[in-house]
Amino acid sequence: MKSTVIVFPGSNCDRDMKVALEKATGSTVDMAWHGDTDLKPSDLIVLPGGFSYGDYLRPGAMAAKSPIMANVIARAKSGTPILGICNGFQVLCETGLLPGVLMRNASLRYVCRDVHVKVEQPETPFTLAYQKGAILRIPVAHHDGNYFADADQLDRLEGEDQVVVRYCNEDGNVAASANPNGSQRNIAGICDGSRRIVGMMPHPERLFESALGGCDGLGVLDSIKQAVNTAVAH
Amino acid sequence: MKARIEITLKAGVLDPQGKAIEGALAGLGFGGVDEVRQGKLIEVTLSETDEKSARQQVEKMCDDLLANTVIENYSYELV
Repeated sequence: MKSTVIVFPGSNCDRDMKVALEKATGSTVDMAWHGDTDLKPSDLIVLPGGFSYGDYLRPGAMAAKSPIMANVIARAKSGTPILGICNGFQVLCETGLLPGVLMRNASLRYVCRDVHVKVEQPETPFTLAYQKGAILRIPVAHHDGNYFADADQLDRLEGEDQVVVRYCNEDGNVAASANPNGSQRNIAGICDGSRRIVGMMPHPERLFESALGGCDGLGVLDSIKQAVNTAVAH
Repeated sequence: MKARIEITLKAGVLDPQGKAIEGALAGLGFGGVDEVRQGKLIEVTLSETDEKSARQQVEKMCDDLLANTVIENYSYELV
């Protein structure tokens, strides 16, 4: 199974993601540089967290237009599952592969701590190992995670079950007090209409074994493993 | 030819930075400030000399990169 992590100047979770993917898939992981125009065949592509291009202009804006992304967009449109974590989510929104945009946190503060999220959509290649309604404790680390889309777009997302994870408190209550960044409707992650493209602000690659302080992110890796095995079996 | 491009948040989009500036102005004793909205000013110097073609280029730059039209409006003048 081939997976690829895209590396932008300023990415800083790319190697964590590589380690996590190697553990999940048992295969080596390709690292593709933003300036490359060639992208090897891959069953899965991850856009990692970080501060691509220094977050200049808008987070993810310049990364979305980098040479490698034309290939990533083409693969996304031909059905390759794509996961964007944190800055990767911002990049996916800037490319238009996912709707909406991630704005400056409402508090104006950088938020770096564990939060709780509820899994609302387990039918994606990246969440299928979780039960619907599962509550995860998982880290966020961002300055621009405030998900915004207009009311019509938000209603469409809800109507099509495209909200993947939502900020909640420890008991799973989706409360305003559990929202770390002012995101509309406590949205922490969404998918596209095909459910193969997923973006989320939390970092599952930072919490997938007990040595890291918790395992709640492991489900994302288990999902990848299962999704790939299923795809191969077909 | 130079393009002065002004990028502003659309009405209804929350602007936490504008709110913080508003609070700071109030803290300095400036009364009568109803609202502050923050935007960006980008100056692009073009080698193009034809105005129509310059306009086309600038609009494409704004649509492709400089503004995110989900949340932002842009306007520009050539100077």
